Amino acid sequence: MTDGMNLTLNIWRQTGPDDKGSIHSYQVEGISSDMSFLEMLDVLNEQLNARGEEPIAFDSDCREGICGMCSLMINGEAHGPEVTTTCQLHMRSFKDGDTITIEPWRASAFPVIKDLVVDRGALDRIIQSGGYISANTGSAPEANSVPVPRDKAMRAFNVATCIGCGACVAACPNGSASLFVGAKITHLGELPQGQPERYSRVVDMVGQHDHEGFGGCTNIGECAAACPKEIPLDVISQLNKDLRTALKQGH
Amino acid sequence: MADPVTKHPTLIEGARASRTSIALKFLMAVSGLVFVGFVLGHMYGNLKAFAGHDAFNEYAHHLRELGEPMLPHEGFLWIMRVGLLVALVVHVWAAVALWRRAQKARPIKYVVKKHTGAIPASRLMRTGGLTILIFLVWHLINFTIGKVNVQGGETDDPYNLLVDTFDVWWMTLIYLAAMAMLGAHLHHGVWSACQTLGITGTAQSRARAKTLSLALAIVIAGGFSLVPIAVLAGIID
Repeated sequence: MTDGMNLTLNIWRQTGPDDKGSIHSYQVEGISSDMSFLEMLDVLNEQLNARGEEPIAFDSDCREGICGMCSLMINGEAHGPEVTTTCQLHMRSFKDGDTITIEPWRASAFPVIKDLVVDRGALDRIIQSGGYISANTGSAPEANSVPVPRDKAMRAFNVATCIGCGACVAACPNGSASLFVGAKITHLGELPQGQPERYSRVVDMVGQHDHEGFGGCTNIGECAAACPKEIPLDVISQLNKDLRTALKQGH
Repeated sequence: MADPVTKHPTLIEGARASRTSIALKFLMAVSGLVFVGFVLGHMYGNLKAFAGHDAFNEYAHHLRELGEPMLPHEGFLWIMRVGLLVALVVHVWAAVALWRRAQKARPIKYVVKKHTGAIPASRLMRTGGLTILIFLVWHLINFTIGKVNVQGGETDDPYNLLVDTFDVWWMTLIYLAAMAMLGAHLHHGVWSACQTLGITGTAQSRARAKTLSLALAIVIAGGFSLVPIAVLAGIID
């Protein structure tokens, strides 16, 4: 073990959006258990560069688990076997001789750009369709002028930790983004500032969700298990409740 | 920067709550709960078989007289049948629409996929539902529309038809398999309906809904299974 791990990597390669793509097999040697998963891929890419091959394209940015840029389906689990983002996953979660299958997020709303990189613009358009609070212009109001009950503030904060990585969609057998939409609906719906647009927001966001081609929720719970921020399934109940209220109010 | 893959990203306008996938889910939930009420009543009626030939047949006959003279003969029965048929059409139609949507949402399958966080029953909803639908047709031919006695005996006596049917081991096996599917469907379905109707907003209410759905699944599937098992075992004859 002092020489590190030897691994077989089965990685999805796809040259572009219109390419058919397929799984390619690679060997890496001497991987330290202290490396992050993305550093392990960096090692592989250096090898590929040295051989004059095209390196594997994957998304990453902060590598601190807070930006939501990294993705990857690792051995059939979004962000791999730990409850964290792929950038915060370390090779100590694997052992010498393992075969690791790495695939992009699979959803028709997340088309593959190249290799493991997908276009998650659909989530941005869901936010654009209603995931905001319209504020009057002018200087920022005094933060304490609108009191928020403690429990509501806590719930809003907890679900606002959603980083929009798309793991919920990737894990969902229906390819639904309900956990993502539910997190945003709950976040804004718990706060006083979110009330004026509350019921038009839920209809617009769910309408955009359906328009993007995401599936419907069947409350299986794989999304909540995959979420690196541990957003609970009750945000989907909240989403359904708000949509039911919107239906009653004629939206 | 231009979106590299989605060629023409558009924002929809004039979204309507009634046109969303969640509205379809409401229909699934409500029609499903209608069936839960029905199977509870149906199971109660079946258990009358333990009270003997006359009690069971009297119950079956009374179903035709229920509500008389305010309702015509078999009036209550037909209200039930029409209601159940509407619920069935809604449930199956919404299921097909959501199934197609789910298939389109993930056209390329994963090479490796784990199902962390899912109970097996939750992943059996569609194939299980289809099984129950096929069973339902079979069951209606057996006892309601066709009245088929596999032993060739009389068919106009509900109790005797029941005993003749479940005396045949493979008929009992078919029914028990269907009840296992129904149990699995209820185990996830009842919880899912609660969640869809938006009444499971806290960790406690979610735990309660899961307990309720497991209890209903065991009571209903178990209650239905008692009669065929008892017939085969010779307790009811």
